[in-house]
Amino acid sequence: MHSVASDPGQALPILEGHVSAGRLERVLRSGKFAVTAEIAPPDAADAGAVYQRASVFDGCVDAINATDGSGANCHMSSVGVCSLLTRKGYAMVMQVSCRDRNRIAIQGDVLGAAAMGVTNILCLTGDGVQAGDQPDAKPVFDFDCISLLQTVTAMRDQGEFLSGRKLTTPPRVFLGAAANPFGPPLDYRPIRLEKKINAGAQFVQTQYCFDLVRLREYMSRVRDMGLTERCYILTGVGPMPSARTAAWIRDNVPGVHIPDAVIKRLLGAENQKEEGVRICVEMIQAVREIEGVHGVHIMAYKQEERVRDIVEESGVLEGRIPWYPGVSNDQQGQQN
Amino acid sequence: MYAVRQWSVRNSRKLEWLYQCFEGILIALHPFWLWIGYSRIEKPIRAVEKSVKRVMFDCQMCGSCVLSQTGMSCPMNCPKELRNGPCGGVRSDGYCEVDSTMRCVWVDAWEGSQRMRDQTRIARVQPPLAQGQRGRSSWLREVRKKRDQIFFQQDT
Repeated sequence: MHSVASDPGQALPILEGHVSAGRLERVLRSGKFAVTAEIAPPDAADAGAVYQRASVFDGCVDAINATDGSGANCHMSSVGVCSLLTRKGYAMVMQVSCRDRNRIAIQGDVLGAAAMGVTNILCLTGDGVQAGDQPDAKPVFDFDCISLLQTVTAMRDQGEFLSGRKLTTPPRVFLGAAANPFGPPLDYRPIRLEKKINAGAQFVQTQYCFDLVRLREYMSRVRDMGLTERCYILTGVGPMPSARTAAWIRDNVPGVHIPDAVIKRLLGAENQKEEGVRICVEMIQAVREIEGVHGVHIMAYKQEERVRDIVEESGVLEGRIPWYPGVSNDQQGQQN
Repeated sequence: MYAVRQWSVRNSRKLEWLYQCFEGILIALHPFWLWIGYSRIEKPIRAVEKSVKRVMFDCQMCGSCVLSQTGMSCPMNCPKELRNGPCGGVRSDGYCEVDSTMRCVWVDAWEGSQRMRDQTRIARVQPPLAQGQRGRSSWLREVRKKRDQIFFQQDT
């Protein structure tokens, strides 16, 4: 009798052949084009700020990524953001970075998160501490993303910790990883993806894509290796606010590859911000045509409010409205 | 030393062969090690291993050596100590995102691995590092492991 809207924290039933109760897995497995976006965690002990930042994505994304100290900068933790937003029923992708916590802490967080209703976990290595605002921090890296994937997979499927000690209730999570098709060694990148899949990755979200030629080459190798049958690939995209920012990101953010043509196009535009959005929309439409791309992951840092326009203009949802708090089939409009 | 380390990656095929010969000798000497006691030889062997591998690979004595699977490029020289491949931050020129004066150890590893006999070994998933093994001899650990394998194969 309980509808989703009357108790957003209540888990959906796990469908046959699924590993999680989450909506992201449902969307991907049903063959629909999925859209995810990244929420900027606040530098504040403030639940309201988190709710407000999540609400800009209402109705236009299938899941929200909560970053874990991205760029090695300190913000509200991904566990904290997820615990708040799962209460409202949001589908969360909890990012876990290996930089700050050891194996004991991470396995504990996985259990806690799954118990709070997190259904997707993205396993990341994490940026080096030198990249952030506290470069004197101790880099932990007890796991790397692949051994982390393997560990969480075993927690879920074998129901045990890394030590072999049994869990009474395993975490029912859909497991993801990041991929960078654009960084050297390029030949090795598809093999690395295969390694992540072998370790348990069921979906990947890629680094920002601005270079379709390179993405197509990568995807064709990934298809030849049969990886698109074993894993859902969401291409990372995002609007650049100006040519200057794009050039800065290219030179200073590790792993982001932006071709000169893109920067020139931004530079030549009358309104660079709008041009950035247009490039992003075109990119989404282009990657959607690539065989084996199952969705997009939109990283619109400091432009989160534009995600709705981007998704709408791209038309990739084809009229589909992803669930959000306050909407339901039978109780439309009622909050919580 | 960085230059020697780079040389080792360029000559990964030769070093692989050399290590296999060396390992053969160590395994053959198993009865001798057993007679002296593995715990007693740990210290001198470790000292030799440390000095040789320090020069050749900038070895960090993690105690769980995977050089034969990483193209003779030691992954513990990665600032993130990644044992399963490069992170997404590798610079476009193939240098490390953390230390821009050093080539990514995994870019080296990939090249080195392709010169070696079994080129697919780099694709094996490595478990998280056993932190308790740090500082211990990998050579002896390998010898004992292989010796045990041979022993049990004969047995069955």
